Amino acid sequence: MKLSRRTLLSSAAAAAAMTMPRFAFAQAETIKVGVLHSLSGTMAISETTLKDTMLMLIEQQNAKGGLLGKQLEAVVVDPASDWPLFAEKARELLTVSNVDVMFGCWTSVSRKSVLPVIEELNGLLFYPVQYEGEESSKNVFYTGAAPNQQAIPAVDYYLEELGVQKFALLGTDYVYPRTTNNILEAYLISKGIPKEDIFVNYTPFGHSDWSKIVGDVVALGADGKKVGVISTINGDANIGFYKELAAAGVTADTLPVVAFSVGEEELSGLDTTNLAGHLAAWNYFMSADTPENAAFIAAWKAFIKDDKRVTNDPMEAHYIGFNMWVNAVTEAGTTEVDMVREKMWGQKFPNLTGGMAEMLPNHHLTKPVLIGEIRADGQFDIISQTEPVAGDAWTDFLPESAVLDANWKDLQCGMYNTETKTCVQLTSNY
Amino acid sequence: MRLTALILTALCWLVPLPALAQEAARIVDENRAMIEKPSRQTIGPVIAALAGSGDPMADDILTAWADKRLVVRKADGAMFLAVAEGEGFALTALDGTPGGTAAKADVTELKPNAGVRGLIETALVQFTLSDPDPARRAEALTSIARDPTAEALAPLRASMQAEADPALKAQKERLERFLTLRFDPDPAARVAAIESLGADTALDVRGALNPLLATRRVAVSGTPDGNVARELIPGRDLTEVEAYELLVAGGLAPARLTLEEQRAALVANIDAGSVGGVPVAALDRQAARDRAYTALEASGAVPVAATDDEAAAALAAHRFYEVYAEAEPAVTEAAAAALARIDRKVGLMQAADLGLDALSLAAIYFLAAIGLAITFGVMGVINMAHGEFITIGAYTGFVVQLFVPDYTLSILIALPLAFAVTFGAGVAMERLVIRHLYKRPLETLLATFGISIALQQILKNVFGTQARPLTAPGWLDGALVFNDVVSISYIRIAIFVLALIFLGFFLWLMKRTRLGLEVRAVTQNPAMAASMGINPDRINMLTFGLGSGIAGIAGVAIGLYAKVTSEMGADYIVQSFMTVVVGGVGNVWGTLAGATMIGSLQKVIEFLNPANTLAAQTYMILFIILFIQFRPRGIIALRGRAAGD
Amino acid sequence: MGDGAGPRSDGKSKSFFAQNPSALIFIAFLAAFTLIVTLLSEAYGVGFLSTSFVKTLGKTLCLCLVALAMDLIWGYAGILSLGHMAFFALGGYMIGMWLMYARTEEIVVQALAQGGLPATPEEVSQGIATQIFGVVGSSDLPAIWAFAHSLPLQLLLALAVPGVLALVFGWLAFRSRVTGVYLSILTQAMTLALALYLFQNDSGLRGNNGLSGLQNLPGLGDASQDLVSVWFLWASALALGLGYLALAWVVSGKFGSVIRAIRDDEARVRFLGYAVETYKLFVFTLTAVIAALAGVLYYPQAGIINPAELAPIASIYLAVWVAIGGRGRLYGAVIGAAFVSLLSSLFTSGRLPDIPLGPVALNWVDWWLVILGLAFVAVTLLAPKGIGGLFDRFQHIRPPDRKGAALGPNDGALQEQEARE
Repeated sequence: MKLSRRTLLSSAAAAAAMTMPRFAFAQAETIKVGVLHSLSGTMAISETTLKDTMLMLIEQQNAKGGLLGKQLEAVVVDPASDWPLFAEKARELLTVSNVDVMFGCWTSVSRKSVLPVIEELNGLLFYPVQYEGEESSKNVFYTGAAPNQQAIPAVDYYLEELGVQKFALLGTDYVYPRTTNNILEAYLISKGIPKEDIFVNYTPFGHSDWSKIVGDVVALGADGKKVGVISTINGDANIGFYKELAAAGVTADTLPVVAFSVGEEELSGLDTTNLAGHLAAWNYFMSADTPENAAFIAAWKAFIKDDKRVTNDPMEAHYIGFNMWVNAVTEAGTTEVDMVREKMWGQKFPNLTGGMAEMLPNHHLTKPVLIGEIRADGQFDIISQTEPVAGDAWTDFLPESAVLDANWKDLQCGMYNTETKTCVQLTSNY
Repeated sequence: MRLTALILTALCWLVPLPALAQEAARIVDENRAMIEKPSRQTIGPVIAALAGSGDPMADDILTAWADKRLVVRKADGAMFLAVAEGEGFALTALDGTPGGTAAKADVTELKPNAGVRGLIETALVQFTLSDPDPARRAEALTSIARDPTAEALAPLRASMQAEADPALKAQKERLERFLTLRFDPDPAARVAAIESLGADTALDVRGALNPLLATRRVAVSGTPDGNVARELIPGRDLTEVEAYELLVAGGLAPARLTLEEQRAALVANIDAGSVGGVPVAALDRQAARDRAYTALEASGAVPVAATDDEAAAALAAHRFYEVYAEAEPAVTEAAAAALARIDRKVGLMQAADLGLDALSLAAIYFLAAIGLAITFGVMGVINMAHGEFITIGAYTGFVVQLFVPDYTLSILIALPLAFAVTFGAGVAMERLVIRHLYKRPLETLLATFGISIALQQILKNVFGTQARPLTAPGWLDGALVFNDVVSISYIRIAIFVLALIFLGFFLWLMKRTRLGLEVRAVTQNPAMAASMGINPDRINMLTFGLGSGIAGIAGVAIGLYAKVTSEMGADYIVQSFMTVVVGGVGNVWGTLAGATMIGSLQKVIEFLNPANTLAAQTYMILFIILFIQFRPRGIIALRGRAAGD
Repeated sequence: MGDGAGPRSDGKSKSFFAQNPSALIFIAFLAAFTLIVTLLSEAYGVGFLSTSFVKTLGKTLCLCLVALAMDLIWGYAGILSLGHMAFFALGGYMIGMWLMYARTEEIVVQALAQGGLPATPEEVSQGIATQIFGVVGSSDLPAIWAFAHSLPLQLLLALAVPGVLALVFGWLAFRSRVTGVYLSILTQAMTLALALYLFQNDSGLRGNNGLSGLQNLPGLGDASQDLVSVWFLWASALALGLGYLALAWVVSGKFGSVIRAIRDDEARVRFLGYAVETYKLFVFTLTAVIAALAGVLYYPQAGIINPAELAPIASIYLAVWVAIGGRGRLYGAVIGAAFVSLLSSLFTSGRLPDIPLGPVALNWVDWWLVILGLAFVAVTLLAPKGIGGLFDRFQHIRPPDRKGAALGPNDGALQEQEARE
C-alpha cells in the first residue's frame, strides 16, 4: 500500500506539473523547438534517429551563437507511435510549451493526426519523410520527397534503363504505399504497360513470412517479360523480405527490387552480401561524395558517440529543413509563424549531395533524385543522380489530382482547382 | 531488345576492321561525357564501337567498365582501369600502360547502371561464346538468355559444335531451341522446337512460349485480319465500356461524354442565367443537365456526343477479336498446346509449393508456441511475457555474433546460450512472481503483461530501436530447389527440423523421464504429488524454466529468418496462444495440430487472395474464433482425469 | 459496497443512496471536479488549465466510463474480457463516420457552389467520396457509409453495432461454455480480427489512416477548441455520472447478487436454476454498449481514430487500470483509469527532468514503461485490491479471518471479500 500512497502523491504533483509550465517557462529567454517523434512503440525504430538528429542540429546552432541572439531549446515529447497522442502532444507543444516550430512525424497517419491541430493553432511543422503527396498545408513544410521526386523517377529508371516490362508493386498496407501504388499504376498504364502486367500485394506491418509472396513474384516471369519489383514495404518487415529474396536466389540481374523505404538504417539490420545490386531511390545516400556530407557524417558520429551509425535521407531532410528555418527566422527577425512562412518561400540551402534545395511556394522542396545499388557493406553505389526536381504536391497522374495545384504565395491556397479556378479548401484533407 | 540488335548489327560491320592500338582509348576519349553518365537508351553505339574497335584493350576496358572499375583521376581528368589495392587502386591507362596508384579519394569511380552493364555484357557475348574460359562462356549464355535476340541465333549455333563442356553444351542446345522457336524463319523448325520441349515446367520454357501467344484486342465491322485467337462477346468476355473504348480507340465511334466535360460545356454556354433554355438554378439534377446539353447540341454550340442508344448500336454493328501478334497459326497452335500441358503440371507444382510454405509456417508457429504449450498448456500459467522470452533469445544470438564472428560456430553457441539465458529468466520470474499467483490465473495474465512491457522497454533501452542483424551461416543460404515452381529455403528447412527435434524432445521428456513423470503428477494433483515425495515448487520452477528456455531457442530460429527487434516477440504472442488453444491444451500433439491448421489455413487463404496478405490473417482468426465455438477444448481434447475437471 | 452496508434483506427499506453512499460521494466529487475545471479553463474561467489539458481530462473521464464497464464485467461478473476496447473503438468509428461525412459535406458544397452551376446530388456525394477516400486512393463511398449523413442514425448505430456484435459473440461463446482464460483469449482474438480487418483498406473505413479531424464539429462554424473541449468535458462527466449511477443500481439489486454468485461459482448458480448464460450475455452486451458510449464521447476529443486503437494491448491496459484501481468496486475502476492514464500522459510529455543516477541519467521517456510494467506486477502481488483497497484501510474494514474456510471450490474467486458484505 505504501507504493500506492506514494504514487497518489506524485499524481497530484503530476497534475500540477502539467499546468505549471505556462508560468515556469514564461521567463526563459529561449526559442523553443518542438521535437515530435515517437521514442517508443513501433515507429521508434525510425523516429528515434530523427530526434537525435534534431538535438544535434540544435546543439550545433547553439554552438554558433543560437538564433536572434537567443539560445535554442529542444522540447522533446514522446507520442509513442500512438496516432491520437500525436494530436494531443502537438497541442501541448503549441499551447503549453509554446514552441515556435515543430519538427516531427514519420507516418502519414501521424501527420494527418497533427494537421487539424496545427492548422487551428497556426503552428509550423517540418515533415522530413518521403510521402504520398496529395496534400499541401499552410502550416507544414514537406522536406521529404513527393511521389514525383522518388517514385516516378525510379519507375522511369526501370522502364528506360532496365527495360522492365512487368511490375510487382509490393507494399505494407497503409496510406503511403496505397496512394503511391495508385499513382504508379496510373503512370505505368499511361506508359503503355497493360493492367494485367501490374501485380499488387499488401502485407501487414512487421510481416515476416515472405516465402509465398517472393514465389509469386518470381512466377510472374513465366510469360517471358522482364519483371521488376517496386517495394514500398515499411520498416522492419523489409528484413524478412530481403532475407527471403536472398534465399530464393533472386538476383538484381534477373529480378531487380527498387525500394522507397529502405535506406542505410534498415540495411544495418541485415547482411547485404546476397542483396548487392538491388536498388533504392532516395534524395540522399550516405555514400554521396561531397564535403558537406563528409562533415555531416563526422558530426553525427561524434554526436551519437558511435562510429557505426549511419545517416539517411530523412536526416538530410531535417538538416535542410532546420537550416532553412534558421535562415528564414534570421531574415524575418522573428519566429512569428506567418512572417517565417513568407520568408521560407524561395529559401535556398545546399543539399548534402550537392546542388541547392529550394523551398517552393507549394511548401515542397526541389531535390535531386538519386538511385543507388545496394553494396555488400550495406551502403549504396549512386548510379543515377538527376537534376533537382521540383516537388509536386498534387500528382499529375490521377485524374482528380491532376487539376489541383498548390501555391501559398500567389494563390494563397493549398488545394486550388485549375479548371474551375477556385480554391477547394484552405484547410487540408485529413 | 532493339538496342541489342543495333549493337550486334554494328558489330558485324565493325569486326573486320584492322586492329588499331590506341583505337579504344580514342573512342573512349571522344565519348567521355556519355561514358561518364551513360544511359541504356543512348550508349549502345559507343559500346558497339568499342567492342568492334579491334583494339586488344577494348575487351579489358568494357569488362572493367561493367565491373565498376573504370575510374577518373580527379586531378587531371584522365581515365584508368583500376584494381583495388590496399586502401587505394592500382591504375592502368587505357592503352594498357601502367598508370601508378591512387588513393580512393583521388579518383571518381564510374558506376554504370545495371541496364548499361547488361548491354556491355551482351556486346561481349560475341567474343565470349567461344572463350577458352568456361566461366565466361557460361556468362555469355546467361546474357543471351536474359535478352534473347534473333541475331544471337547464328553465333550460338556456330559455337555449339565446338563446345567441349557437356553441361554448357546442353545449356547451349536448350538456348538454341528457345531462340529457334521464336526467331527461326521456318515455321516447321519452330513447331519442332516447341514440341521438343514437352511439358517442361521451367520458368524459361514458359518465358519462351508465352510471348508467342501475346494477343491484342481489335474491333472490326467485318472479319479481322491476322491470326485470330478468339472472338470476344461484349458483356461476357469484356465489359461494354471496354468494348466501346476499343471502338473509340479504333476511330469507329465518337467518344462518350464525361460528366466533367458536360459540366464544363454547360458552364461555358451560360447565357443570361440559363443554358439551352434551362435556367441555371434548375441544373442541380442530372436529367436537367442532359436536357440542356441536348438543346445545346441541337443549336450546334457543343459537339455531338454519343447517347446510350447510339453507343449500343455501335457495339452491335461491330465484332471484337483477340488477335495473336504471331502471324503463323501452326506456331501459335503448337505453343498453346505445349503451354496447356505445362500449365496442368504447373498447377500441381504450385499446390506442392503451397504445401511446403504451409508446413514451414506451421513449423514457425509451432516453434513459437511449444514453450507456451508447456507453461500454459501443462501448467496453466498465462505468460504474456512469452513473446519477450523469444526476443531475449534472438538478442542473445545477436550478442553472440558480436563476439564470435564465425556464423556456424556462433549459432551453435547461441542456441544453448539462449536456452540458458531464458531458462534463467523464466526461473527467476516463476520464483519472484508467478509462484504467488498460482491460485489467481487471471491475475497472472496482468502481472506477466506488466513484465512483458517492462522487458520490452528494457530491451529497447539496451539494444536500441533499430533492427539488429542475426545472420545465418553460409551453408543455410539459398534454397532447396526442386524445380522452378517448387522450392524452399534451407533456413526454413532448418526451422522445420528444429521444430521436429523439439517435438521429439518434448515427448521424450514428458513420457520417458523422471522429470516428465513428476511434472504430470504435479499438474494433475499437486497435493497428492507432494505426499509422494515430489517437491511441487521445484517441479513448477523447472517446468516454467523449460518452457521459457525453449522460447529462447525459438527466438534464435525466428531471428535467423526474419528480423530482430524488441517487438518481434510481441508479434507472435497472440498467435501462439491461439495455436495452443485451438490445438487443445495440455497436449503437444494438439499444439502441433493447431500450428498445422493455422499455418495451412493462412496459406490457402493467401493463395485465394494473393493481393492482400492482411485479409488472410483476418479470416484465419475469424475462423479460429468460430472453430473454438464448436470445439471449445481444441482439436485434440484431453479426456477423463487428465482434463482436470 | 465497500462500506459494510447491512444485510441485503433490509436493503429495500433504505433508499438507493443510503445503500450506496459511495455513489453520492462520487457524484458530488465529479460535479465539483467539473465545476472547478470549467472555472479554471480558458473558455469559461481564468485560463489556468490549457485546452490540451482540459481535453486530456475529458478523455480521461471517458476512459473512466469504459473502466466502469470493465469493472462490471470483470470485477462483478468475473469475465475477463479483452475485447471491450474494441467496442469502445467501434463506437468511435461510428460517430467518426458522421463527423467526417458532415464536415466534408460542408466543404464540398461550398467548393461546388463556386463552380458556376448548382451541384447535383451525385456531384456532392462524388465530391464527398473523393475528399474522404482520396487519401487512401479510392473515390467511391462504401455501402457502410449509407447512414453517415444522419447524426441520429449514426448515433444509433454507434450503440447498436457494438451491442449486436457483443450479443452475437457472447451468445456463441457462452453457449459453448467457453470460460475463464479461454474466454479472455477468445475475446482477444476477436479484437485482433477486428483490428486486422479495419487495417485493410478494403474495409471501407480508410484502413490504417482511420478517420481524422474529428475534433472539428460540423455545423458549429468556427467554435474554438477552447469551447468545444469544455463542452465535451461536460458531456463526458454527465455520461460518467449517469453510468456510475446506473451500474451502482444494477450491482446493488438482486441482479448484482446473481452475477457475483456466477463469478464465485458458476456451476452452483446454474444448479440453483438461474439461466447463467443469459445473465452473462446481458452483462456482456450492456458493458459493450457502455464502452461504445464512452468511445462516442472520447474520439471527438482525441481527433483521430484508427485501427491501432483496437489493438489487443489496449484492452489489456483497460484490465490493468481496473486491477490497479481495485476490482469489484465501481469507484476503484474510476480511480485506476484516471490514475494510470494521467500518469502516462505526464511521463510522455517530456517535461519531467531527468533523474541523474551516477554516470547515467534516468530519462523518464525511456524508463516510464518499465516503471509502469513493474508497478502492475507490484500491485498484483502486493495489493490485489488495488488503490481502492486504501479506502478500506481508512474505514478500518478488514476482511474476515476465514483461513481454511473457503466458501467455494474455486480458489481464485473473491469469496473472502464477498463474505464481509
